[in-house]
Amino acid sequence: MKFSWQHYDPDKFYDELISSRGHARGPGRAVAKHIRSLTTEEIRERQIAAELAVKTMGITFTVYTHGTNIDRAWPYDIIPRTIAGRDWDRVEAGLTQRLVALNHFIDDVYNAQKVFKDGVVPADLILESTNYRKACRGIRPKFGVWAHICGSDLIRDQNGEFYVLEDNLRVPSGVSYMLENRKVTKRVFPELFESENMRPIGEYTSHLFDTLASLSPRPLDYPEVVVLTPGIYNSAYFEHSYLAQQMGAELVEGSDLVVGDDGFLYMRTIAGLERVDVVYRRIDDMFLDPDVFNPDSHLGVRGLMRAWQEGKVALANAPGAGVADDKAVYTYVPDIIRYYLGEEPILRNVETYRCGEKSMRDHVLQHLDRLVVKPVNESGGYGMLMGPTASTKERREFARRIRNNPRNYVAQPLISLSTCPTVCGNGIEPRHVDLRPFILQGANRYVTPGGLTRVALVKNSFVVNSSQGGGSKDTWIVD
Amino acid sequence: MLSRVAERVYWLGRYLERVENTARLINVYGNVLLDLPRPAKLVWESLVAITGSHEAFSERYTRADERNVVKFYLADRSNPTSILNSIGGARENARTVREIVPANTWEAVNDLYLYIHEHVDSALKRRGRDVFLTHVINSCQFIVGSLAGTMSRDAAYQFLRAGRYLERGDMTSRIVDVGAANVFPWVSWMHGGNVPEGTQSPYESILWMSVLRSLSALQMYRRLVPVRVRANEVVAFLLQDEAFPRAIVHCLKEVQASLDALPRDDVPVARTLSVLRRVRDVDVKAVLVKEGLFDFIDQLQIEFSAIHSAVEETWFLPRVSRE
Repeated sequence: MKFSWQHYDPDKFYDELISSRGHARGPGRAVAKHIRSLTTEEIRERQIAAELAVKTMGITFTVYTHGTNIDRAWPYDIIPRTIAGRDWDRVEAGLTQRLVALNHFIDDVYNAQKVFKDGVVPADLILESTNYRKACRGIRPKFGVWAHICGSDLIRDQNGEFYVLEDNLRVPSGVSYMLENRKVTKRVFPELFESENMRPIGEYTSHLFDTLASLSPRPLDYPEVVVLTPGIYNSAYFEHSYLAQQMGAELVEGSDLVVGDDGFLYMRTIAGLERVDVVYRRIDDMFLDPDVFNPDSHLGVRGLMRAWQEGKVALANAPGAGVADDKAVYTYVPDIIRYYLGEEPILRNVETYRCGEKSMRDHVLQHLDRLVVKPVNESGGYGMLMGPTASTKERREFARRIRNNPRNYVAQPLISLSTCPTVCGNGIEPRHVDLRPFILQGANRYVTPGGLTRVALVKNSFVVNSSQGGGSKDTWIVD
Repeated sequence: MLSRVAERVYWLGRYLERVENTARLINVYGNVLLDLPRPAKLVWESLVAITGSHEAFSERYTRADERNVVKFYLADRSNPTSILNSIGGARENARTVREIVPANTWEAVNDLYLYIHEHVDSALKRRGRDVFLTHVINSCQFIVGSLAGTMSRDAAYQFLRAGRYLERGDMTSRIVDVGAANVFPWVSWMHGGNVPEGTQSPYESILWMSVLRSLSALQMYRRLVPVRVRANEVVAFLLQDEAFPRAIVHCLKEVQASLDALPRDDVPVARTLSVLRRVRDVDVKAVLVKEGLFDFIDQLQIEFSAIHSAVEETWFLPRVSRE
């Protein structure tokens, strides 16, 4: 029996493919029609074939279990997510606007600090942030750009409006899976690629190389670019190795690098020391240089910070760029855009209340049953209150915490994620998704058409992390 | 090419070769024993001595019987040179250089790793051993063959090749040692300790044939030396033949050619050439009769490890603490 969309019900959420019972949205028409031409059995077979392709292609991610690391096959769902090209153009402009403004902000924070003097962002909020690096004061990286590679998490509300949930300005990952997902889809649904007009994404790695190369202190066509990985036990090692291979760059570990007596950075090769111009580092600030940050770090390179401060090597992203991606700064991003660019923000933030401000705090305390409360300096969902599902006792406890340390908390309304048809045990059901596009800024700017769509494979769940049972989808920008 | 990557590729070559050669060593030992007229207890012990593992072995076992020795070489996690650990080492190194070696090499190494882990227990008993060891040897041959057929002859390939042939030469010398260790006690026993020159034990031929077979060398040897299989000719063949790919001179020439293609190769190449000259020029008959084969091979193994040190010091990451 052929599959029918008649029984597919996304409930009150915005569905990326089906608008009202049985009807596909414009950009997804071909996908919906193609799936309708298959039987449920055939759809299962395609999904199994895709999972086999993932295995043969060696697309893995690493999880830790019982002290050992295991390579798991990357979870992938065959039904692509489709977004209209004209909708995407707006998102793309919004993402670029956001990253450009954030880079102005970071550069200002570490130099003139006009943003504090003009009262746009409170100075102590930034200077006391755990992501603020004193060692970066007075440094002017090339083009004034600190965050060269950004991964922003987007969600869509009931009306399909895009919101930015967070900006990742440190070491965002996932782009290799975005690229590999497209390759898998080409194997699974080759027929769709003939009829559809979707934007290509395969140029990402060459744009990445150009972005990194543009940072080189030496004016070379092909400067020595390396990818610095913490090593094989890191959960993103697949991606590090993948990007190095695709860019034709060396994949290095800290022990491969050494700062010479002349202050330049070198890598140890079989022919001797070779100078390195640009480091795409995939390790955190705190591990970069044991002389400046964590003295126990074996992942970094002694003297690397000084080489960077003296302009002898470029680091991407620059140390200290993370100062602009904590939850407290997030609430100021619309003001930051207005301040530096004199423009209205194109993309919206999720409404966020800063408990440090009395009027907002009062609102939060009165509506705890409708809000999600988050500590500003935690990530990964720790120390949160889910107001609508919490007990009275838990809410009372959080009210006390907020009153004791108001500046440590922000609150947001419960965010609904859009859904996407996903292959499940009994056919196709709606599952919640988010989207992580990647934005580059160096001499030029680039936004990936689409990004990595992550999907919560558990029914009604909003948890999309691959380490917690999340899956992924290919994402098509259709013109 | 990064020093770290060079080192990992080199060790990938060595570990893979070690897996194959350890399988061959256990194979020849089993065969030698089957050919002997009665079980000799001492011989399993001498295998442990020959690979220089006496200490590691006696820490774990009290009796050097077949069961313990075979377990030690195949499945013992505490023995750094067991097949189980060697394939683990090969796999870890292959995993970290996946962007360097052809994709199917990684898959084949991983498959062999899984096979060994799943089946090694079946090889502890004589009945299942042959199937297991043959599969291991064939898989290694497949990997070497597919590398030869698909990998560019770049620096990485030269490190892989140098590691493989250094390990192989070293192990061939040990296998020759195994043969001698089993032949001479017999000859000596039959003659009450005094071996007249030119004496051949009735089992000598059988024993040396087993040694040759373990190196897949019997057929090639026969083409060169058509009549008898005797110590002089076999040892000379395994030490000095230039054409047979498991003979020591051939291995050293391969090592030299690989290192020659790398930058800054003076010291490692010079060291290799001096070993090569010594093995090529040695009078095998004199060694067997007068100087003693054991001493000669002992010295050879020291020289092999000196070549390794030169490679390490020239091209790999310095072994200093990062503090």
